[in-house]
Amino acid sequence: MSPQDQASSTADLTNGAGAAALLAAGVGSFLLAVFAIAADHATSIKNLMIFYKPTGPLSGVTTSAIVIWLAVWAILHMRWRKRTVMLGSIATIALALLALSLVFTFPPVGDLF
Amino acid sequence: MEVTTRGLWTLIHGMGFGGLYLLACSGALVEIYRRYAPNSELVATTLDESFLRLYLVAMAILAWLSVLTGAYIVYPWYRALPPAGLTDLGAFPQRLLMSNPNTVGWHSLGMEWKEHVAWLAPISITMAAVVFIRYGRNLKQHRSLRNAVLGFVFVSFIAAGIAGFFGAEIDDHAPVRGGATIQIMRGVKQ
Repeated sequence: MSPQDQASSTADLTNGAGAAALLAAGVGSFLLAVFAIAADHATSIKNLMIFYKPTGPLSGVTTSAIVIWLAVWAILHMRWRKRTVMLGSIATIALALLALSLVFTFPPVGDLF
Repeated sequence: MEVTTRGLWTLIHGMGFGGLYLLACSGALVEIYRRYAPNSELVATTLDESFLRLYLVAMAILAWLSVLTGAYIVYPWYRALPPAGLTDLGAFPQRLLMSNPNTVGWHSLGMEWKEHVAWLAPISITMAAVVFIRYGRNLKQHRSLRNAVLGFVFVSFIAAGIAGFFGAEIDDHAPVRGGATIQIMRGVKQ
């Protein structure tokens, strides 16, 4: 395949698959921070999050966030992969969720809740 | 010259997987920024694209290996509880840090942040690798997507940097040591 053919065959790629990956990553990161705060504040959630005893609640916090991230990604990908979506807004939301997760995992901020 | 198995795993987790990931971040940021900018005059060849695909996949593998070895091999040794009445806490790093007001912050702020923020790196870089594999040179036409991917890679760099910094400091103040001793080299007594 020549470079021109390759370019024409890929130029019509919609942005839906990329948007799905971005938003899912933002949601997954944000949920990780939310689960970490919840496990830190409620004993019942903390105990619920112990999937592997030597690692403690961290095992459940991270596994739950990863499972939901992958599930959200799969669902959004199925829905958006052939569509052109409002990528600018979705990217802004995804980056905002990522920034919030960075801030919320900082213990002094998590302790405010 | 000896190293304990716990010390060796800490090295593999931090300096091996984590350190390599941090080093690789700058390369990924520069490549995506320069070569896939909408107005970039640099032409990405098929070889360049294949290389960057492999590079990002390798970064994702490193990031996952780093957090998984950290959470499931090193962290259990770090947070192990000492038997009641034990005064030498050298083999129990978390308790050793918490026993001194001058070091408790390395656990309550450092480890508490590090153990969670580090996971943003594998999530972000996995997304970036998958997006790049799908779009490749077409990222030039999807400006918002390219910028957002760059943002995620940058945050993954920050997250890995935070985890690396606190990991190094915590290991300096309360190292994870113990287990079998591996002799690397036998020196001559001087």
